[in-house]
Amino acid sequence: MARGDERVVGRKANSIPYGGRVDNRQERLDGWGYAEARRKPAPPASPSAGSGSAPSPQRGGKTTRTLPGVLTLGAIGLVMGGAAAGLIWEAGSDWSGAASAFDNYLLRVVQFTLWQALLSTVLSILPGIIVARALARLPAFPGRGAIIWLFGVPLALPAIVAALGVLALLGRAGIFADALSGLTGGSWPGIYGLSGILVAHVFFNMPLAARMFLEAFNAIPADHRRLEAQLGMGSWSAWRLIEWPAVRAALPGVAMLVFMLCVTSFTIVLLLGGGPAATTLEVAIYQALRFDFDPARAVTLTFVQLVLTVVIVTAAARLGAHLAGEAFLSVSNRGGLFTSWPEKLLNGAVLIAGFLFVAGPMAAIVIAGLDSDLVRLFGEASVRNAAATSLVLAFIAASLSVVLSVSLVAARRALELRRGAMGRPGVLERMTDQGAALVLVIPPIVIGAGWFVLLRQSGAGVFAAAPVMVVAVNAIMAMPFAMRAIRPAYDSASARHERLCAQLGISGFARLRLIDWPPLRRPLATAFAFAMALSLGDLGVIALFGSEDVRTLPYLLLQRMSAYRTQDAAGLALMLGALCFALMMFADWASRRAR
Amino acid sequence: MSGADIQCRELRLSRGGMEFSFDFTLAAGSVAAVMGPSGSGKSTLLDLIAGFETPNSGEILIAGADVAQAPPARRPVSMVFQENNLFGHLDVFSNVALGRSPSLKLDGKAREDVRAAINRVGLGDKEKRLPATLSGGERQRVALARVLVRDRPVLLLDEPFAALGPALRSDMIALVRELSAERGMTMLMATHHPEDAERIADTMLYLEAGTIAASGPISRFFGPDMPEAFRRYVGSK
Repeated sequence: MARGDERVVGRKANSIPYGGRVDNRQERLDGWGYAEARRKPAPPASPSAGSGSAPSPQRGGKTTRTLPGVLTLGAIGLVMGGAAAGLIWEAGSDWSGAASAFDNYLLRVVQFTLWQALLSTVLSILPGIIVARALARLPAFPGRGAIIWLFGVPLALPAIVAALGVLALLGRAGIFADALSGLTGGSWPGIYGLSGILVAHVFFNMPLAARMFLEAFNAIPADHRRLEAQLGMGSWSAWRLIEWPAVRAALPGVAMLVFMLCVTSFTIVLLLGGGPAATTLEVAIYQALRFDFDPARAVTLTFVQLVLTVVIVTAAARLGAHLAGEAFLSVSNRGGLFTSWPEKLLNGAVLIAGFLFVAGPMAAIVIAGLDSDLVRLFGEASVRNAAATSLVLAFIAASLSVVLSVSLVAARRALELRRGAMGRPGVLERMTDQGAALVLVIPPIVIGAGWFVLLRQSGAGVFAAAPVMVVAVNAIMAMPFAMRAIRPAYDSASARHERLCAQLGISGFARLRLIDWPPLRRPLATAFAFAMALSLGDLGVIALFGSEDVRTLPYLLLQRMSAYRTQDAAGLALMLGALCFALMMFADWASRRAR
Repeated sequence: MSGADIQCRELRLSRGGMEFSFDFTLAAGSVAAVMGPSGSGKSTLLDLIAGFETPNSGEILIAGADVAQAPPARRPVSMVFQENNLFGHLDVFSNVALGRSPSLKLDGKAREDVRAAINRVGLGDKEKRLPATLSGGERQRVALARVLVRDRPVLLLDEPFAALGPALRSDMIALVRELSAERGMTMLMATHHPEDAERIADTMLYLEAGTIAASGPISRFFGPDMPEAFRRYVGSK
């Protein structure tokens, strides 16, 4: 924020510095975006005033803002509904086949899905807390900001790239293979199966957990930290009395989020797992459709996956988990902490270990990628075609995602304004608020599987639909993240501008150009870049719908991996990783400038 | 242009479990202070006249025309809020010019008017500045410059200087008094400060529990026969 902010003199907590951000939890608004908190609590109405609680005045001209939101909800409904129709149709046409899929194999797959998710969660959460505490208690650690930033990178790094990074490090021919062979006294078999899945899951989720716990640590009031110093609490007392309560409050939400991400993990299990011993539901769905040609089994697997995720997401929602992680944390430097030298050294070691664990696979991607024949790869028509296909599809998906997200955000806000602060949110408003979260309940593979069987049943070409499916599912998939980038900026701008625009008669295109666009430009750029990175790296839908005609970079990468062309795969992973990394940098830059 | 008289006739509104009712007449060109405890309806009264609230029943006549159902931009009214009067991403000139053209399409004459208004409030050298680089008092001056450019007969001020220090507030009150005298605007100012009311207003509207509990010439409110309700509100001095 600008330096001049100290000159902003606000009478109340809700005063908003110009160009500043508003925490939308603090805001309660009346019909004109006027902070409700500005009004003191109303005294009770006099009994003589009668019971006339007339409806609050409604203004016309706001349907222009709700209609696109309604259409967006309809589009999401169509994509979900089509998938459901496919599954029901398939189940209906082969009822006994679907029922017979409830066998020992299914049981083993469900068991493994839950077991690997549970282990991944524990292995991510505990180190996550330790690293977050080290970050919180070492506010002046050199490179602390860089570590926090690095911990945000896996959010946008394609899972297929990360899986290759883990293999490049710990695989049979990985960088550490010789050292590990020496250590174990035999030839290192490479990290496949459960251990490989766990390492990759922890690579993704430990940094995520650490960042979320760091937020919990940062939320500890500064005065508690001052008390800690004044009362001479040691490290252990401070943890027990001050920090643990804050962490405990965040723990269920973080744990459920990580568990959910691991239950629905597809790419990592596909690449690092394999065989009936290490297969999750999502991978089993993929194998049933693409290799066993057993759609009835796929339907059963999809149904079980859906039940699992609904149960988990419901539990997570109860526990208040934010299922769309915040990609960019502000780096806060807290003073007022007095820690002993041994503790400082220990925490420093923790941070270095955490840094190496996250940076290792990324460095391995770069090393292995540079080791491959990049020039030849660039020269291949298939690579260039896949890159072009990827970029075009991801660009369209990201554009669509941003448009749909803005529609929902604007519609939600317009409905909120219309009802006023006193009313309760209606069904439509709650849907615009939570509708995008549906995609978190229904993983892309499930949507893809539904449409796959629908298109097959209806006789339409399955593989011809690939571009449409990739764009539609990826656009919707990125919406929760895009909405998190856009909504705070949109709502806070609306809170500041709504009354002024009404009074000065600024509306229509003039309002869009002069008032709405400038403060939204950067959040939109952030959302777009993030959505494009997610879409570029996604293997879920294209794994089902990909063919020789429509290949994206991740699909090509998977093909080269399957053909044991490891060097090519490493080169492609570097390309894909670099693309997503560049988008991530751009998104980060845009979000920083927006603050 | 001179002020317009304001008549609120049996104006009723229910909001958040509270009933508001107003019935009064304010002569053209007069300056009214609106006072009362928090939650008594000061802001609601101004919002009703400005059009940010629509009454359940009753009339708001400004210069004889009922505007109770008109949208805010169509009313002969300018309002200055306590904060958020400016668009943070637009410079001082554009913020003022929006009072003339909501799409910022200005001809030479309009540009002259905008410059004159900015000069009149003493910000002639700050046309290109963004609001974030101005002090709180300067921002409210920009808002007043826009009021001049808009040139509407009624001016509503909703505790516009509450966030300013005593000396600055006093300067701003003086400026508002000058401007309203120049233009002869009919003015309502909500305030918590009796000394501000006494300095600027000729009429007092004292509200309690959503309605006018006492009203009349300002001198009566600060003289020996001060209404009892008002005495309780300001406390014995």
